[in-house]
Amino acid sequence: MTATGIEAPRTPHVSHRRKRINLEKWGWIYMRLSGVLLVVLIFGHLFYNLIFPGNVSALDWAFVAGKLANPVWIVWDVLLLWLALIHGANGMRTLVNDYAHGRFRTVLLWSLGISTVVLLVLGTLVLTTFDPCLAPTENADLIAACTAQE
Amino acid sequence: MTSQATAPESSAASLPAPTKRKLPAGTLYRGREGMWSWVLHRITGTAIFFFLLVHILDTSLIRISPEAYDAVIGTYKTPIMGIGETALVAAIGLHALNGLRIICIDLFSWGPRAQRVMFWVAIGLWVVLLIGFVPRHLMTVFGGH
Ligand code: HEM
Ligand code: HEM
Repeated sequence: MTATGIEAPRTPHVSHRRKRINLEKWGWIYMRLSGVLLVVLIFGHLFYNLIFPGNVSALDWAFVAGKLANPVWIVWDVLLLWLALIHGANGMRTLVNDYAHGRFRTVLLWSLGISTVVLLVLGTLVLTTFDPCLAPTENADLIAACTAQE
Repeated sequence: MTSQATAPESSAASLPAPTKRKLPAGTLYRGREGMWSWVLHRITGTAIFFFLLVHILDTSLIRISPEAYDAVIGTYKTPIMGIGETALVAAIGLHALNGLRIICIDLFSWGPRAQRVMFWVAIGLWVVLLIGFVPRHLMTVFGGH
């Protein structure tokens, strides 16, 4: 639309915000892309920890140390952490916008954002600085690797 | 209706008395598969989110002290938590399968037409998943090995 003329009838609407990035659209795409990847990451995580080779009774620090001695699982967990937490937080944002109003909504959205960022940083630091030799274990491979390191 | 000349009072008198309907009129969505899958998707998504918040905190203990981590992960092995884990896996299974259904609805031209069939396919796969997981998991929790 121009200030000088009247548009011909049925001229398509021209959006004035066309050049801005549409964040809601990218959020929508992110929910679907991350969802597909999370199916693999989460079911892999649950299978390894709860069915094979792990199971609830077998879970302890030594089990995790043996697992995370392999960098593939560190990458796996970092991806899982970021994709799942951002997917979940973005989904919770939708729910807050649906059900909370006014100041309550503002407070909830800020708490959601802050806790998400804090947990992303914490989780990433834990995974990338983890030392599987922190304590002795009965895992033969790990013992060999840890004594070689000393 | 053949004649517009019929007296308005007589046609009003022939209307059936209003009855209580189970479903509101004129909706295909409310109370059907589409609505319930949406409700379940919201509830399971929220539950998984809150689990994940706690789960990142408990896992961060691996960086601090093996004893502290073992003490906290030890609580995962009690019967009550074992049932909780079963519920969690059930929730994730449902959210994941229904999530794939949502993605198919949005992505493919046949998606919206097949949404109801896909809902029941998701439920079927979910039951199969649980048959594979639950007995084994509960045996570990309650069998003590
Ligand atoms: C296992 C793989 C997963 C798949 C395939 C999946 C898929 C989806 C899809 C397609 C949506 C709909 C988004 C929309 O309507 O725009 C969604 C919403 C949501 N997801 Fe997931 N998701 C998965 C895992 C997770 C996890 C791990 C969490 C929690 C940390 C989560 C929490 C949520 C929440 C809270 C919503 C919002 C529900 C709503 O808006 O009604 N999802 N998911
Ligand atoms: C009862 C079910 C579960 C058990 C027993 C379990 C167990 C574990 C264990 C033992 C670890 C340590 C590292 C590793 O094994 O890779 C871990 C880490 C992790 N798990 Fe799970 N998990 C469960 C469910 C889930 C679910 C449903 C999600 C995603 C929504 C998830 C996301 C993560 C993440 C992101 C980490 C890395 C945390 C960090 O940043 O330090 N877990 N889990």
